[in-house]
Formats: sequence, C-alpha cells, structure tokens
Amino acid sequence: MATGTEAHAPTASEYIVHHLTHLNNLGHKQTELVDFSVFHLDTLLYSVGLGLLAVFVLARVARRATSGVPGRFQAAVEIVVEMVADQAKGIVHSPESRKFVAPLALTVFLWIFLMNAMDLLPLDVIPSLWQGAYAAAGHDPAHAYMRVVPTADLNATLGMSLAVLLLCLYYNVKIKGLGHWVHELFTTPFGSHPLLYPINFAMQLIEFVAKTVSHGMRLFGNMYAGELIFMLIALMGAAWAGTLGSGLLWLGGVFAGTLWAIFHILIITLQAFIFMMLTLVYIGQAHESH
Amino acid sequence: MNLNATLFAQLVVFFILAWFTMKFVWPPIMKALDERAKKIADGLAAADKAKSDLVLAERKVVDELRKARESGAEVRTGAERQAAQIIDEARQEGARIIAQARAAAEDEAAAAAQRAREALREHVAQLAVAGAERILRREINPQVHAELLTHLKSEL
Repeated sequence: MATGTEAHAPTASEYIVHHLTHLNNLGHKQTELVDFSVFHLDTLLYSVGLGLLAVFVLARVARRATSGVPGRFQAAVEIVVEMVADQAKGIVHSPESRKFVAPLALTVFLWIFLMNAMDLLPLDVIPSLWQGAYAAAGHDPAHAYMRVVPTADLNATLGMSLAVLLLCLYYNVKIKGLGHWVHELFTTPFGSHPLLYPINFAMQLIEFVAKTVSHGMRLFGNMYAGELIFMLIALMGAAWAGTLGSGLLWLGGVFAGTLWAIFHILIITLQAFIFMMLTLVYIGQAHESH
Repeated sequence: MNLNATLFAQLVVFFILAWFTMKFVWPPIMKALDERAKKIADGLAAADKAKSDLVLAERKVVDELRKARESGAEVRTGAERQAAQIIDEARQEGARIIAQARAAAEDEAAAAAQRAREALREHVAQLAVAGAERILRREINPQVHAELLTHLKSEL
C-alpha cells in the first residue's frame, strides 16, 4: 500500500456510507439515535441557503412586479404564484388564514423544490470539493462529510412537517376556539358518549401523529431513495477498469444515470407539490369542524 | 437517520421564510396580478363601449345623411318652383311690354297716317285750287273763296 496522503480507494460500501454521513458539529457520525445537542451543518447550510435564495429572488421579482406587460421571469413567477393561490383558495376557506397560508405554501413549494433539485447536481462535485478543502486545511479527507440534499435528511423534513402540525394546532384553536376544539377532540370521530371519549381522543392523537410523520417521511423517503440510487449508479460508472465487462457497466451507468436524472426531475417537482398540497390540506382540515 | 436539533432549526427557518414571503413577496405580486386583471377588465369594457358608441355614431351618420339629402331635395324643389315662377313672371312682363310697345307703335303709326292724310288733303286742295285758277284763268281771291276752298278740302 502507498503511504502518505494517498488513501486506498473506498469500497462500494465505504463510498455509500461516506456519502450518507452528515457533516455535524461532532466531527464524526452521530452515535445516538436521538441527540438534540447535534446539528447537521450541511443540511442547515443548504436548506437555509436555498430558502434565502428562493425568497430573495421572489422578493426581487415582487418589488419590480408591474401590473403592465410582465417580463418572462415575472410571468413565470406569476404562474407559480397563481397556481398556489388557486390551490389555497380551493382548500383553505378562510380568506384571513389564506393571507399567511398561501404565501407559506408558495415558500414550501419553491423551497422544497430547490432542496430536492440539489439531487440533480453531479453526486460527487460538492463532496469532493469539500474533501479537497478539508484536506487543504490539514484534516483527514476521509472524515470530510457532506450531504447536499437537505430533504434527504429526516430532520429537515420532520422539522417542516412539525411546523405544519404546529400551524394545524394553532388554527384549530384560532378558528374553533379552545373549548370547542377540545370538545371535538373527545367527541369525534365516534360520537359523544362518555365511554367513547378515550377512544376518540386516542384516535385524534393517532391522526395527528400519523399525518405529521407520514408528511415528513414521504418526502424524506423519496429523496433518500433517489439519492441512494444515484450513488449506486455512480458505483456502476466507477467500475471502469479497462475490461469489457467494466466498460459495459460504465455504459450502463451513463444510461441509468441519464434515465434516473430525467425521472428524478418529475419526482423532485412532484414531491415538492405533494408536500405543499398536504400542508394546505392539513391546515384546511384544521378549519373544518368534523 | 438520526434525529437531532437540526429538526428544530429547520422548523424555525420554515416559519421565518414563510413570514418573509407573506410580508415581502406575496402582497406585491398579488397586487400586480389584481391590478392587471382590473386593467384588462377595464380595457375590455372600454372596447365594448367603443363598439356600441361606434354603432350609435354610424346610426347617427346615416340619419344625418338622410336628413341632409331630404333638405337638399326640398331646397331644390323650392328653387325650381321659384325659378319657374320667376320665368313665368318674366314671360308675362315681356308679353305686357311687347303689347304695350305694339300699341304705342300702332298709335304712332295711326297718328302719322292721319297727319299724312291731312297734309295730302291740304296739298290736293291747293292743287285743286291751282287747277281751278288755271281753268278759270283768273285769280281767285283766297279771302273771298276761303269758304269755297275749305268746303272743297273737306270733300276730298
């Protein structure tokens, strides 16, 4: 084995594990399943960065928005805004709530779309740049972790779905009144009878937990799986070793990579749209009495 | 797959971004969209109004043209009637003048003929007297024979 800076080429499993490890404030992989002293720095960097990019570009368009003939970019933004406004109008029936919920849905859609779109960047570009910088700073590049798709981090997606849960609770109290809502928690879905109160309440709790977890998990699962498949395809491409078999694998990698990337354009848009629609639906449900 | 504080950070960021969009993005874009919708609606209404105005104006034009044609025709018949009347009057006047002139001329001619006849009668009387003088070979005293001569003159 060569000594010095040249480490051995990672095995397939090492490659994937390395790619699936977050950059956090510990400097190594988090050992506990739940540890609230840890931050995923890469997730925060990309999600905050892309979120700011989205809202500042939107704000720029909004500041220059003209009611006359719009430019192409303004027209494109208007298409998205009107799509979101229409959906919000159809689902949330309170104009007062829509003043916050519709912009929220727009933010969610564009932000998640951008975060998902990080998946379409060549898999190794940012991690290898980071490894180079990390090595240049005198650290071991084998420990330079970097994941660029924030929505493939369960923390990010559950964070957003928890935010939606908080909004649901807020609107439940705001629209129905605390007393009425508590009454509803105990009397629906099975009916108003003292024996049914615990069952009703348990069902309501399950409903809230299921909504929130599935909301976050759906996005996470899709993006995580997408990222993983990109890694497997990258391994196919990396199989090139000068032989015919490895050449075919490499060709297969190119072919599969192209196909999966094109399909992924649909997935990232669809998942962003689904997350936005479910946000609206859940908040809309908080407005309706059972 | 580990849960950690990133979750809460993401939650807070979520609300901040949504608040920012609500404050600075949504209202101006919606305002622009609503204003444009209003502009288009106003434009369409104006176009409709212009169209109905045009129809009204065309109807008015046709009306005015018809009126003008009618009054023109009226003026022409009036003028023709007046012209005919004037011609008629002029013809009558002409006829009257001609008749008057003819009457005057005839009077004049009659007077002239009368005068000529008188002169001729005088002349013939003188000739007769002279002839009679010759016949009688003596001079007739005009004072004496004035009565005779006058009688002769009237017989001629």
